[in-house]
Amino acid sequence: MAAAPVMMPYFGQQISSKSDLVPDWTRQEVSTGTTIMAVEYDGGVVIGADSRTTTGAGNTPLTSPVCVCLFQTQVRPILTCVFGPAHSIELDEPPLVETAANLFRASCYRYREELTAGILVAGWDKRKGGQVYSVPIGGMLVRQPVSVGGSGSTYIYGFMDANYKPGMNKEQCMEITAAALSLAMERDGSSGGVVRLASISEEGVERRVILGNQLPKFSTH
Amino acid sequence: MEKHCTDSRVKGVSTGTTILAAIFDGGVVIGSDSRASMGGEYVSSKTINKVIQVHDRIFCCMAGSLADAQAVIKAAKFHLSFHSVQMESPPQVIAAASVLKDLCYKNKDELQAGFLTAGWDKKNGPQVYVVSLGGMLISQQVTIGGSGSTYIYGYVDAKYKPNMTKEECLQFATNALALAMGRDNVSGGVAHLVVITEKGVEHVVVPGDKLPRFHDE
Repeated sequence: MAAAPVMMPYFGQQISSKSDLVPDWTRQEVSTGTTIMAVEYDGGVVIGADSRTTTGAGNTPLTSPVCVCLFQTQVRPILTCVFGPAHSIELDEPPLVETAANLFRASCYRYREELTAGILVAGWDKRKGGQVYSVPIGGMLVRQPVSVGGSGSTYIYGFMDANYKPGMNKEQCMEITAAALSLAMERDGSSGGVVRLASISEEGVERRVILGNQLPKFSTH
Repeated sequence: MEKHCTDSRVKGVSTGTTILAAIFDGGVVIGSDSRASMGGEYVSSKTINKVIQVHDRIFCCMAGSLADAQAVIKAAKFHLSFHSVQMESPPQVIAAASVLKDLCYKNKDELQAGFLTAGWDKKNGPQVYVVSLGGMLISQQVTIGGSGSTYIYGYVDAKYKPNMTKEECLQFATNALALAMGRDNVSGGVAHLVVITEKGVEHVVVPGDKLPRFHDE
């Protein structure tokens, strides 16, 4: 199992201001609006994001089969040392999703003054099956069957409330996630590009990418 | 329509709100929630009506500072009835929208109010116009506004279809308002809906306990 320390580079360099030549926005820290979503189903979770996120990779694999989506409004240096291999070796089994979520929560809560990061942790483990945990800014931890995050998420709360039903299967979850992300990308200036989906279950991780021209279309008005 | 900003620039009671208007086959539905709040902490009224009739077949929904919106609508009603007498015919919907737009644009520094105007006239049938905070006027098939509207952009984009029937459109509007009220703390109460067609005007009020419920309620 690969250990992957997740480090977000600090983008806040000060470019010398020849103010007329360099537009204002180049001098500001990169802020990464985005839209992310995670849905539980019986047997696993589906997690999705648009592609306008910091590293461009969107979903960052933590340890298999737990995946993490990061969304944040301002990029700050975050060093999350992943406990991965050592922990797994001690336990002699893959780590629990709840454990991963708690580790994020511990960092987010302790450094709440310095950090501006909201995190969705989703994965599968033997004990509780598919789980989605939300760690919003401030460091609360809550498990929810479906959760959205990022700047584009405000636009899809209504859609999510109306269309999510408990007991959906994997394909339905993929569809609702793709549809919701497309709608958000349509409205949110900071979200866009392609939709990256991953489904996590006992069998492992299955990734899908939905390109811009393949996204579900809605009535234009 | 711009998101309503609830900071100290808003004077007094403001309608953190959700308003909506949509065209269906043969008419238009316009609706709103019924909550008026002060600063997002205190609900000063649970049952205000934000859907105001400015003429026989023309209704407006207001968002923003309640005081500003009421003052503008009062002035607009006067202008519009005068205009109607001069023209010797019912005013067009765009006339009502233009009157509001003029007032909003010329007084943009003092005012903080936006409007949806919906109605039916003989020349162009059912129409919906948006007058935003600074005084922009545009025509749309379906539009939402107010602070609660951000939560239902996705739902409206997905669900709205042109040429729905009246019942479908009413259900769509009720659902959209219910979803927004469910997520926005400054929108709530009952759903006021008005259906405007060539034949007349119909008011529908959906009390809180009869609003559609969604999976997590």
